[in-house]
Amino acid sequence: MEWLVFAPLAAMALATALLVVILRNPIYCALSLVGTFFALSGLYLLLQAQFIAVVQVIVYAGAIMVLFLFVIMLLDVGHEPPPWLRRDAPRLALGIGLVALLLLELAVAIGSKVSHGVRGSYTSELVNAVGNTQLIGRLLFTDFVIPFEITSVILLIAIVGVMVLARR
Amino acid sequence: MTGTVPLNAYLILSAALFAIGVIGVLIRRNALIIFMAIELMLNAVNLSFVAFSRFLASMDGQIIVFFVMAVAAAEVALGLAIIIALYRNKESVNVDEINLLRG
Amino acid sequence: MIWLIPIIPLVGSLVVGLMGRRMRRSVVAIIACGSALLALLLSLDAFTRLLSLPPEGRLLRQSIGPWIASGDFSVAFGFLLDPLSAIMALVVSGVGFLIHVYSIGYMAEDRDYNRFFSLLNLFLAEMLVLVLADNYLLLFVGWEGVGLCSYLLIGFWFERPAAASAGTKAFLVNRIGDAAVVVGLIWMVFAFGSLDFQIVFTRAPAAFLHGSVAATVLSLLLFAGATGKSAQLPLYVWLPDAMEGPTPVSALIHAATMVTAGVYLIARSAPLFHLAPVSLEIVAWVGGLTAFYAASIALVQTDIKRVIAYSTISQLGYMFLGLGVGAYAAGIFHLMTHAFFKALLFLAAGSVIHSLAGEQDVRKMGGLRTSLRVTAGSFLIGALANAGIVPFAGFWSKDEILFAAYASGHRVLWVLGVLTAAGTGFYMFRLYFLAFEGKSRLDPHVTGHLHEAPWSMRLPLVLLALGAATVGFVGVPPESGPFHRFLDSVFPVSAHEGGPTAPASGVGLAVASLAMALVGIAIAFRYCLQDPRRAEALAARYPTLYRTLLHKYWVDELYEHGVVRPIVSVARSLSASFDARVVDGSVNGIAALAGRAGGLLRRLQTGHVPAYVLSILVGVVVLLGYLAFLG
Repeated sequence: MEWLVFAPLAAMALATALLVVILRNPIYCALSLVGTFFALSGLYLLLQAQFIAVVQVIVYAGAIMVLFLFVIMLLDVGHEPPPWLRRDAPRLALGIGLVALLLLELAVAIGSKVSHGVRGSYTSELVNAVGNTQLIGRLLFTDFVIPFEITSVILLIAIVGVMVLARR
Repeated sequence: MTGTVPLNAYLILSAALFAIGVIGVLIRRNALIIFMAIELMLNAVNLSFVAFSRFLASMDGQIIVFFVMAVAAAEVALGLAIIIALYRNKESVNVDEINLLRG
Repeated sequence: MIWLIPIIPLVGSLVVGLMGRRMRRSVVAIIACGSALLALLLSLDAFTRLLSLPPEGRLLRQSIGPWIASGDFSVAFGFLLDPLSAIMALVVSGVGFLIHVYSIGYMAEDRDYNRFFSLLNLFLAEMLVLVLADNYLLLFVGWEGVGLCSYLLIGFWFERPAAASAGTKAFLVNRIGDAAVVVGLIWMVFAFGSLDFQIVFTRAPAAFLHGSVAATVLSLLLFAGATGKSAQLPLYVWLPDAMEGPTPVSALIHAATMVTAGVYLIARSAPLFHLAPVSLEIVAWVGGLTAFYAASIALVQTDIKRVIAYSTISQLGYMFLGLGVGAYAAGIFHLMTHAFFKALLFLAAGSVIHSLAGEQDVRKMGGLRTSLRVTAGSFLIGALANAGIVPFAGFWSKDEILFAAYASGHRVLWVLGVLTAAGTGFYMFRLYFLAFEGKSRLDPHVTGHLHEAPWSMRLPLVLLALGAATVGFVGVPPESGPFHRFLDSVFPVSAHEGGPTAPASGVGLAVASLAMALVGIAIAFRYCLQDPRRAEALAARYPTLYRTLLHKYWVDELYEHGVVRPIVSVARSLSASFDARVVDGSVNGIAALAGRAGGLLRRLQTGHVPAYVLSILVGVVVLLGYLAFLG
């Protein structure tokens, strides 16, 4: 039953990801990436991480990609030639070959090993009973409060940095 | 097909997305698109984290993803600001032309 | 406080050398002469302390600390005071002090006044280290030190090319001898396990058989060093050239002290030489031949200092002759008397040169006695002592050596010695007559400059003259006077091989050599004073002989072409081929290699970020591959 949901979502994620890398027009690439994010969000839902799924859409698709689109339209960069027409095609071939090798290795590593991770206590029943968001919130303000605060500082730094960089 | 989707499926999907992201960084010359490929890689890793979180019955994975997203947002903001500043100086976002650190 | 004796002049040297430029000349003089005087007084004090001890126990040792401690082998900064070193210390510091005082006047107008006194003090310190050391290594430190000071002082006026090359020549020739000494020292370490005098002399008879080749070679190595330092055949060639240095330097270093270091070394090593009679023979013959040879050259030289230099070489030959026939005490006795009269002669010559504004050629002197009375008088006394005329000092010591030579069966050497005595009489008085008597042949512009030396130069002259006149009496009666009895504890054997000879024949021999000396003086009188043209006629009748002597048997030219030029050309070709190509090539090659490697590596820095990502990817793939397939 789950496969019926998983397979299309996975296919959509892969397809849009490939489009990001292949398409010439930057706007099209950005839109493909948004599609990838939506597919991923669906997958998170499937994994019963509802909070993350929603935050993915809000933050990534809603804020980050909007920012990307603004910058793409602001800078008005043109198209670039396809890879097989470029001068450094051999280097690209090498890169793609290495990536294929990487993928192979990862597949072997994943496939041959059985996950031995320590089972925690947050089973799906417990999470569903308490509520995913509630649980995350509780953890964020108790066990993970320090990273939480530091993250807010990081955001502050980002704001200050952007303001400095954006000035003429 | 019936039955739950095993952990390995998610992991292989995550690996594939990651590989695509790497290809994107290697192949493209437009700095913005390279940046997008990097975001793709980050998301692939996020998927891994959430998958593990579910299958190991632990909330840590999701918490980490939360933080990754926050930091990714900050990083994108700053990265785009840099690209804009770069564009102002060189009128181009082609990484082939941004090579002042050349030895 | 034996260790203070060499340390005080060393401190004086440092003070004057480092701070002298900011001091007034009088202060420099006081510090330098003061440290020399202190060294003298301390030596006197040590001497009297030694006298107060019974004759068998006259040995004082003091160590100021360990120097080398390596397993079984150790060397200390130790000093030894026995009669031999006490006498040497007295001679060195006494004559040294007088020459320091003399230099106040002589170097008064030199602009490097403080450098001179610093070097003079340093030399004194090194020489005292040499004679007071209780082991061969510390002795060698002093040995090298005086060689260095000799180089620095000969080339004191280094802007003059002749002086600079003379200094270099002295140092290099000395080096040849020093190399032999080093080999000897190393051998001693292996053979005896120590370089301490007492240990070496105790173990030597056990380690070396009497008369063995090993003992002979070892002692000859030491003698080779002595040949260089004390200017005997064949390493004497540096001494005449060393006259380029200021006259006080010639007096101190090349008459009274440094050149006697070789004599001291042989005397100190007497127990070693006792094991090698062949070496002693060689020492005696080298000494005797050198004495004759040098005297022959001195007969015709025209530079006043050169004549005295060759005389020094000749008298040193006498000392080695004495040591070689087993009369160690006689050799040391002659060393002491020679120090007085040779220093006196040099200082008097210096006074002459000083008042003649630099003239050194006796052919341009004459009749100086009227203007330079004190100088003339001192020179006369020195000449009489040098020629061995009774009752002056040289007579007693020289005749004792000749007697020992005769009594030990070395008749040929005795004849050589007597002939040399005649020659000595001749050349010394030739100098005296040509310089101080007769008509004046001075350059006109010099006569106005003529003046007797200042008191700072006259006082040492007078004191040395007194010494040259009287110091011989410490050796009277011959071989049993206070001097010899004092040294008995040091020299266990006064080997007189050959039959005993009655004192009467001793007097006869002395009369013979005295007569020969007087004959020499008489010839000088006739040929140089009464009728100078006779000398020129004599020279004209034997032109080849005259020219050979005048050109010092062409030895310098022989060394130059036979030794120096080949070595220099080999060095030059090695420098051009090996040094420039191999050594420089490899060093430059490494640098070029580094440069080229850098140039290659530079290409990794493309500035192109995706290329960097590629390299990261390579690393990741490799690592993951290891983990995935092999982990």
